Amino acid sequence: MLNLSIQSLSSHLEKKTFSSVELTQFYLERIKQYNPSLNAFISIDEAKSLSMAANADELITKGQKSALTGIPVAQKDIFCSQGWPTTCGSKMLKNFIAPYDAMVIEKFNEVGAVNIGKTNMDEFAMGSSNETSYFGPVKNPWDLDLVPGGSSGGSASAIAARLAPAATGTDTGGSIRQPASLCGFTGLKPTYGLVSRYGMIAFASSLDQAGPMAISAEDCALLMNVMSGHDKRDSTSIQRDKENYASKLNSPIKGLKIGIPREFFGEGLDSSVHNVIDSAIDEYKKLGAEIIEISLPNNHLAIPVYYVIAPAEASSNLSRYDGVRYGYRTKEYDDLMDMYFKTRQEGFGEEVKRRILIGTYVLSAGYYDAYYLKAQKIRRLISEDFTSAFKKCDVIMGPSAPSVAFNAGEKKEDPLAMYMQDIYTISTNLAGLPAMSIPAGFVSNLPVGLQLIGNHFSEAKLLNIAHSFQQNTDWHLESAKGFE
Amino acid sequence: MDWDIVIGIETHIQLKTKSKQFSGASAAYGNEPNSQACLVSLAYPGVLPVLNHESVNCAIKLGLAINAKIASRSIFARKNYFYPDLPKGYQISQMELPIVGPGHLSINVNGKSKSVRILRAHLEEDAGKSSHGISQGKTGIDLNRAGTPLLEIVTEPDMNSAEEAVAYAKKLHELVQWIGICDGNMQEGSFRCDVNVSVKKKGAEVLGTRREIKNLNSFKFIKQAVDYEVNWQIETLEDGGKIEQATILFNPDTGETKAMRSKEEANDYRYFPDPDLLPLLVSQEKINEIKQSMPKLPDEMQELFEKELGLSEYDASEITANSDVTKYFLELVDSKANPKLSANWILGNLYSRLNEEEININQSPIDSSSLAALIKRIEDSTISNNAAKKVFDFIWDKSDITVDEAIDELGLKQISDSGEIDTLVDEVLKNNQPMIEEYLSGKEKAFNALIGQIMKASKGKANPSQVSELLKQKISK
Repeated sequence: MLNLSIQSLSSHLEKKTFSSVELTQFYLERIKQYNPSLNAFISIDEAKSLSMAANADELITKGQKSALTGIPVAQKDIFCSQGWPTTCGSKMLKNFIAPYDAMVIEKFNEVGAVNIGKTNMDEFAMGSSNETSYFGPVKNPWDLDLVPGGSSGGSASAIAARLAPAATGTDTGGSIRQPASLCGFTGLKPTYGLVSRYGMIAFASSLDQAGPMAISAEDCALLMNVMSGHDKRDSTSIQRDKENYASKLNSPIKGLKIGIPREFFGEGLDSSVHNVIDSAIDEYKKLGAEIIEISLPNNHLAIPVYYVIAPAEASSNLSRYDGVRYGYRTKEYDDLMDMYFKTRQEGFGEEVKRRILIGTYVLSAGYYDAYYLKAQKIRRLISEDFTSAFKKCDVIMGPSAPSVAFNAGEKKEDPLAMYMQDIYTISTNLAGLPAMSIPAGFVSNLPVGLQLIGNHFSEAKLLNIAHSFQQNTDWHLESAKGFE
Repeated sequence: MDWDIVIGIETHIQLKTKSKQFSGASAAYGNEPNSQACLVSLAYPGVLPVLNHESVNCAIKLGLAINAKIASRSIFARKNYFYPDLPKGYQISQMELPIVGPGHLSINVNGKSKSVRILRAHLEEDAGKSSHGISQGKTGIDLNRAGTPLLEIVTEPDMNSAEEAVAYAKKLHELVQWIGICDGNMQEGSFRCDVNVSVKKKGAEVLGTRREIKNLNSFKFIKQAVDYEVNWQIETLEDGGKIEQATILFNPDTGETKAMRSKEEANDYRYFPDPDLLPLLVSQEKINEIKQSMPKLPDEMQELFEKELGLSEYDASEITANSDVTKYFLELVDSKANPKLSANWILGNLYSRLNEEEININQSPIDSSSLAALIKRIEDSTISNNAAKKVFDFIWDKSDITVDEAIDELGLKQISDSGEIDTLVDEVLKNNQPMIEEYLSGKEKAFNALIGQIMKASKGKANPSQVSELLKQKISK
């Protein structure tokens, strides 16, 4: 059952080589065995998962099976899942049981996928190392001293250690792609608005986007088929005909124009990572792609712009955690203000508080124009850079992260160094573009991810480009030692 | 010293929609606390706002009714502040680009009409309600109202007296009910005014510092609060004091205004566009479609009543001051009752009874068809105007009786039989020879006294014009 693609798992389920209950039990066993050292999951509910698996087996018996029926999927703990604790990695929601399902959860439930557990994450998705979680840091299966990346670090660790064949993540500034790079698997951040944000706990509403995390592009395509689609409960969800993301996987990519932004290969990029990316691009040349040098002149502004806009939205989005209606409330307080102060002081971690402070500051009277408004203007410039670039090329490639996985604790006390982790990923969030990270090689036995950035709604094309690479390389099939 | 009073008004009207501004929960008033607090009202993690387009239609109607420009693109923004009855920690409102732009509303005070400029109107959501002291040391939160659709209508500082402020509030109150966007229930908070008051030396160009009286929910309070505040400001300035900008509350029990704690004013709301909502786009087609569905406006109706039905300007404006009264009046006219008589009866007898009993026209025990029947009996001379008043009072208390039955029961049918009147006149003349002589010697009053005698003899039932005619004939013989 281990290392099989979703498609082959699915056909085994159909042929009843094994049942969904057996498959689920297999993964629950692995979680029991490995999670204590990885801390990838915040909550496991064997009974719930097994009962979902039993239902899936019934569907399979009745012949009402689709691609994801009976497949265990690890859900990032940012998605509200009815009856499950939904913590968002925060003490604030430590005991919060979601009373409803997020659209993403609903969609997986509809096709009979099995929720195998809720994965650890940086608190409110704020972080790039999964060290800000109230539930403790997540470990990187390739080396337990290293971070898995973040904020979808739990899902990343789970996929890399094969504790689940598939997982969901969310990506506000790189939270799917950077951990995919650091843990060596395939992750896709779709076009903004393609996957509904309904029930996905908000960090920065104009940037947040959910996406699939799995071993291969092919698996991601199957997950996207389930997750995407219009939802009238999310006003920013895009009305668009449903697409089959698996249908174009094998289209030829000969003549593909790959844009290489020179800004992605300058100072700050680890030279051995640079080499791995170069070899991956050479592989594409062999497959008949054409390389075009391009420029994204405003990319260096992406991080400063992001750290104005994202905290601004977060400061407002996180106002609802006030101890009044649900979630954490301080034990003793004198009056309302005291209750607010203590609840938020005790309920939020350092990084979350830092961003609430930044966000509150940039929206304040007298600073709004200089920060928030200016950031919005630069955001448009960044977006226009991509518009011009896509007049010259079909896809943009570069590194997903500036380095391989780093030591736990290494950047924890240096927020600016931590923020640099997302230097290649953030601009696509600002522009609302789809992007992927796929395994491209190794540096000192640690995985390196190649980033693929496409134009709006080009997910099928990106998956096709990624799949072509994975048909010709085995990097994505390598797995961490000690978890066989 | 003489002072100019300057007043601007911000009115929050609760829109008459079934569901809330950004969720499907019911927006009804008065239900069990928190029975309408859905996950969106409670601001659960992960929930998102979805705009109620019915409230957008309401805003467009208001815009059309005040001749305002409707924005083809407007933006929802977040107004951030912490309060337990504001579950999200922000209110969704419109800041920079409101849906309704500048317009105007004309008011009439002491026979003088004046146009009040309206700066803007924007959509927003209401907060919940905090009930302090429900149990000791605790505050109850009811989120039924949280998220209810509001339209905030903001004027320029164009009013110069408490009377004008009240006239504006009344006119707007009537208008929003007329176009069907608000139930106008002031006690339930469906229509509430924040009144900005400042004073300046007569003729001075620069406006004085204003103080904002919050949440006035009756016309009487607006009058009292403004009067009190104006006096306070003038006295303060004349005593050499300074007015500080402040948010103030009016206490109906004492009739005084008082500044709220300054801490609450120090809010920086950190407005920014709500990233959960797309810009609101309104097409010209949509505006045209709504325009066509709208009723004639009060001012248009007034003109129609004057021109087509011959009402006086005063009567027409009084009738059209209220949509229910207009409706009642139109029902009378549709039943072929004489329009002028109808207006007289509504503004006279009906109004005085309604006022006496403190009820509105919809609660009148005499419906429009009964009043129409009564008016027709005056027109066809079955009863006199005086008798009609008796019938009116009689059927007011007895709802199950028709006008004609009441006339019979009261024995008020007018005597129009000329033979019968002839006898009456002869009898009175026989007994009042001195009066006849007085009349003949030039005293006109004597004639009226004679008519009075005849009417009295008929117990008021004789047709007065017939009596008058006959008497004239007989005396001059």
